[in-house]
Amino acid sequence: MKKLNFKIGSVLGAMTLAIGLSGPASAQDDTFKIGVITFLSGQAAESFGVPAWNGGKLLVDMLNEGGKLPAPYDQKGFGGMNIEVVVVDEAGGATKQVQEFRNLVQREEVDAVVGYVSSGDCLAIPPVADELKAFTILYDCGTPRVFEDGSYEYVFRTAAHATMDNVSLARYLKSRNFDVPSFAGLNQDYAWGQDSWADFTGAMNQLYPDAEVKTALFPKFGAGQYGTEISALLREKPALVHSSNWGGDLQGFLIQATARGLHKRAQLALAAGDHVIPQLQDKMPDGIFLGARGVNGLAAYARGGELKELTDTMWEAYEAEYDTFPVQAPFRMWQAIFGLKTAIEKAMADNGGTKPTSEQLAAAMKGLEWDAPSGRIEMALAGGHQAIQPNAIGTTKWNADAGKMELVDVEYYDARCVNPPDGMKSQEWIAQGFPGAQCN
Amino acid sequence: MDLAATILVDGLIYAGWLFIVSVGLTLVFGVLNILNIAHGSLYAIGAYASASLVGAYFAAGGEAFPYGSYAALILAAVLVALVLGPLLERGLLRFFYGRDEVLNVLVTYAVFLILEDVMKLIWGVNPYFVYEPYTLLGDVEIGPLFYVGYDFAVIAAAIIVGLVVWLTLNHTQIGKVVLAVIHDSEMSQTMGVNVQRVYLGAFMAGAFLAALGGAMTAPMISVTPGLGVNVIIVAFAVVIIGGLGSVPGAAIGALMVGISRAASVHMLPEAELFIIYFVMAIVLLFRPEGLFAKTQARKI
Repeated sequence: MKKLNFKIGSVLGAMTLAIGLSGPASAQDDTFKIGVITFLSGQAAESFGVPAWNGGKLLVDMLNEGGKLPAPYDQKGFGGMNIEVVVVDEAGGATKQVQEFRNLVQREEVDAVVGYVSSGDCLAIPPVADELKAFTILYDCGTPRVFEDGSYEYVFRTAAHATMDNVSLARYLKSRNFDVPSFAGLNQDYAWGQDSWADFTGAMNQLYPDAEVKTALFPKFGAGQYGTEISALLREKPALVHSSNWGGDLQGFLIQATARGLHKRAQLALAAGDHVIPQLQDKMPDGIFLGARGVNGLAAYARGGELKELTDTMWEAYEAEYDTFPVQAPFRMWQAIFGLKTAIEKAMADNGGTKPTSEQLAAAMKGLEWDAPSGRIEMALAGGHQAIQPNAIGTTKWNADAGKMELVDVEYYDARCVNPPDGMKSQEWIAQGFPGAQCN
Repeated sequence: MDLAATILVDGLIYAGWLFIVSVGLTLVFGVLNILNIAHGSLYAIGAYASASLVGAYFAAGGEAFPYGSYAALILAAVLVALVLGPLLERGLLRFFYGRDEVLNVLVTYAVFLILEDVMKLIWGVNPYFVYEPYTLLGDVEIGPLFYVGYDFAVIAAAIIVGLVVWLTLNHTQIGKVVLAVIHDSEMSQTMGVNVQRVYLGAFMAGAFLAALGGAMTAPMISVTPGLGVNVIIVAFAVVIIGGLGSVPGAAIGALMVGISRAASVHMLPEAELFIIYFVMAIVLLFRPEGLFAKTQARKI
């Protein structure tokens, strides 16, 4: 029996904090007010929304205190301005979120918006952001369509889109010389699961052209019961089973698959599965190939290098505050806030030190590069509006002595190795055999 | 193990779970004439309550006798029925008896939404796990496939539940009274039957069965918010196929859904969701009242 370590009241705490931090709707020059939108309720809250905001709140507090982080983030707040936050629950669907966005911009008068886990919300908000000329950062959602199908002046995404996850996974198999005569997939039956499977099969088609697809299963989102699907996978005997499932769906699948020995009969490869480790702990089998949508979580902690001080500072603060280690979601929130801080301070350097306008912020953010615990973030796609970042895939191994999960045999991939070049759509890039990919 | 046998085993396991969830829904409709959307919430609360109770059991030294955790699962369902059954039936639903059926659907939908938030207030948004009962019964090897013994325990539980409900309704004094109320509640009342008590008992039985379904599911999943949403949809499909208010209908409906879904996953996975509602549509095409529901004259 394992109960999550996250505090039960974290949602209420976040909301309380929102009330506490949000002041009257006025824009003051010594304060930079951001609206943060993420899931505080619903199925994505536990996996993404709550840990992301836990990380965000922690970082905002550290920045407001000043001097808590290594350079270049040691200056207080954003360019010396105190950071004020209004937190909004992302639950409720795109229509509600458009209204919430208008409220944040027009009534709360926030200076910037940082938000959105749901790809549906990420597709709905940008036109409104441009209409209101509101500087907006999409911090988490994965769909490549935001900037592949659209173009926006005031909208930026500070995390790489999801294509990177599955291209990295396929490259990992190749670089580890893993024999894949056949593979199968179990993904959630909505855009995320379908797109992930399409990316993975496309990448496998390039790297393992002879591999046979045994079966592609798409159980309903929130299905809970995977007994029949596991039987189908056991019967088909694929060498590898791919899944981009997340949250309760991934936890349920792993519990049931492990009990029936699927992990001993096929290699499990989870494109974005690191976030279930804190919940499953030793119930998560050894030997799973695991991604975290970036060099996040355990992969970041194991990386070391020049970013070790920044990563360790955030890691230790998070562990101390929440009694669990940070998985992918807080890392993406951190890279968004660090990016926002970098853009604000760059804009202030250009405008004589006053609080930047949305136009000045957008100009500063375009093509920006900065360091985050997840690596070097480069706004390299979509005319400087879409980030690319390095990625990592590793293999799970439970350390019984330490009582914690570790990631071993970690392979790190340069951003330009696993992301398409500017001007090329992800699916075309994969289908054409990754032209322009720069891998070491 | 050939494909047909695999489909049959997988279908039976899924049907067993589905029957436990659905039979309470159809029982409540049969007696109270209420399509209880909140059945999904009772299922989810059963899952949360069992997660808490089993957790408390092991925290209190239950490792010495882990099989006691099965008693904790059942106790959780009993507690849910004892607390929420009277609260919902006496406290709310009785005020809507005899009203438009659509109104009752809206009322129970409101209860569903309220209970979803109540669960978040009590258990938070983070998942709960109770693996132990799932793995205690070991593996069952059938041909090249391994199944978990617990899966077959769910089938056994479904058979026991079905038999108990059917025998109680058809071969006991209480059952005869319940059937009398189903057929004509006003006449039953004039004959001295305490109809209110029958309604309460039937609703508590339905709540128990919903919670039992959740409690038995909890060990194989992560118990998270939103658990009841998907369950209520597929449970509705089952009781509509079988005929609203029919216990044998729920059993046949669960079997049809379970086996057709298993066949689809193995042979045509793209149609996994479609097949459930396709079966329902075919049944309704030929039997608009469902397989086992009696055709009733409708007042115009």
